[in-house]
Amino acid sequence: MLHYLLKRLAAIVPTIFFVTIIIFGLQQLLPGDPAMILAGEDQDPTVIAYLQKKMHLDEPLPVRYAYWIAGVFQGDLGESLRIQQPVLELIKDKLPVTLELAAIAMLIALTIGIPAGIVSAVAKDTVWDYAANMVALWGLSTPNFWLGILLILVFSVSLGWLPASGYVSPFEDLKANLAAMIMPAFVLGNAIAAVLMRHTRSAMLQVLNADYVRTARAKGLDERTVVLKHALRNALTPIITLGALEFGTLLSGAVLTEQVFSIPGFGKLIVDAVFNRDYAVVQGVVLFTSSVYIVLNLLADLAYFFVNPRLRG
Amino acid sequence: MSAVIPQAMMRDATPARRALRRLLRRRGAMLGLVIVLFFVLLALFAPVIAPYDPIATSWSAVRKAPSLQYLFGTDEIGRDVLSRVVWGARASLMAGLVSVCISMALGVPVGLLAAYVGGWTDGLISRFTDSMLAVPFLILAIALAAFLGPSLSNAMIAIGVSATPIFIRLTRAQVLAVKVEDFVEAARAVGNPHWRIALRHILPNVLPPLIVQATLAIAAAIIAEASLSFLGLGQQPPAPSWGSMLNTAKNYVDNAPWMAVWPGLSIFLLVLSFNLFGDGLRDALDPKHK
Repeated sequence: MLHYLLKRLAAIVPTIFFVTIIIFGLQQLLPGDPAMILAGEDQDPTVIAYLQKKMHLDEPLPVRYAYWIAGVFQGDLGESLRIQQPVLELIKDKLPVTLELAAIAMLIALTIGIPAGIVSAVAKDTVWDYAANMVALWGLSTPNFWLGILLILVFSVSLGWLPASGYVSPFEDLKANLAAMIMPAFVLGNAIAAVLMRHTRSAMLQVLNADYVRTARAKGLDERTVVLKHALRNALTPIITLGALEFGTLLSGAVLTEQVFSIPGFGKLIVDAVFNRDYAVVQGVVLFTSSVYIVLNLLADLAYFFVNPRLRG
Repeated sequence: MSAVIPQAMMRDATPARRALRRLLRRRGAMLGLVIVLFFVLLALFAPVIAPYDPIATSWSAVRKAPSLQYLFGTDEIGRDVLSRVVWGARASLMAGLVSVCISMALGVPVGLLAAYVGGWTDGLISRFTDSMLAVPFLILAIALAAFLGPSLSNAMIAIGVSATPIFIRLTRAQVLAVKVEDFVEAARAVGNPHWRIALRHILPNVLPPLIVQATLAIAAAIIAEASLSFLGLGQQPPAPSWGSMLNTAKNYVDNAPWMAVWPGLSIFLLVLSFNLFGDGLRDALDPKHK
């Protein structure tokens, strides 16, 4: 038990190490002197000199990496050149907005994806199954920025029900906040609903063929109890762990969705940083995202371990 | 004569042929293939099919609604939307194909190496693959494209590199399963060199799942290219691409909605058909699946 935990924890060390190598390596892709490029269009000599010193550009590559990683471990993800703010502060500022968006999106995805998956597994090879599969295929194939534009066209421009863009803090005006969030959250949730539906379907199909489900039916339990109490409960474990891994999709999607709806979140932060050639912010955001992903992955594994007694043996 | 033909067909019933027959029976996959071919033709014959020059502006035809003269309408500087959609097929298809070729060219040999050699080589490659997978696909592609500089070719490199770990992992898993088979042992016993065993005996046997993955990866790469272009990191103006057309269209949703409808619909249809075809291909190549 403890052995497993330690082994699992030790395994993330090399993963994080290589992630930092990849992110540090991004800098090497810049053509020419990084300090010149990082200094932006102004090419202020004092800024360039400051950057050259800060990035230790006169030192060999491994030494520069050591300096950089030492900073990262002390919470120094670099500094935004445009806004003159530490990258970590920027992330802290923008993250809550995206977290709210992601939470609503996940809620939408779960409410659509799991019931649709159950129905299509229980009613395998019927019209319902085909319909659910078509919806999943639609969710996987629609570029979410296009779906966002279409929703704006219908609900903001034509019907005038919802604001096309903008963000209001939930602490200022909850109603306005939700009105601004519902369309982007649906756009984000749509793609994840499709993935969840497919996972739920295959997990349910597996469980529905299991012996204990046949036993439950043989006992004379009604189908509703068999499906919801006996089958779903066991199918849910892989669905939840796989769902946790959809976090990456959620953040990737947030980048585009926040751009379409002008929501000042995490995704907008990386896009603005890309436009402003604010490379330190890009690196910081990528590093932060991957670290969160690795931790979530770990938690999902541990959750799986705890709810499945057979793995503990 | 007629009795001979079925026998000949029986002899031809190799696994590949049987898979092809199963594929041909799948309506979804065939529909996907037809739509893909339609877009391929559109891209190949864009100069003939497009009614106007895709980058020629016309100040007398700014944001004209669809009409007989401009079937899909015109954009904010008077370019014909239909012509731009037709030419845009080139960028999308090329991005899909080239990115996946890059992913496979990098991923398949590395995955093969990891599984075949094993030991610490495998450990190192696997940990590195895990790390790449820890960065969400599109975010890695955005970061790579940002550092490489905005252009269609850099976007294709960024997408191709970002999708590489999927192919490393898949190839590795498949090779691990195949390399313990008796025929590989036999090939080794008769004295074949390692490279020959890997390339001639193992690789052909792991190809089917790789082909399925490649088809689905093309769909993902097309969405990714459209996303990067939408963010201004792909095809640069004035060259037409569906993603960048949507980026402009977003600003004119209220008075020129046709600008947004057609490029988006094209991405959706092309991606959907690659997904349909890929799903059908998977079912045809692996009857046990599902």
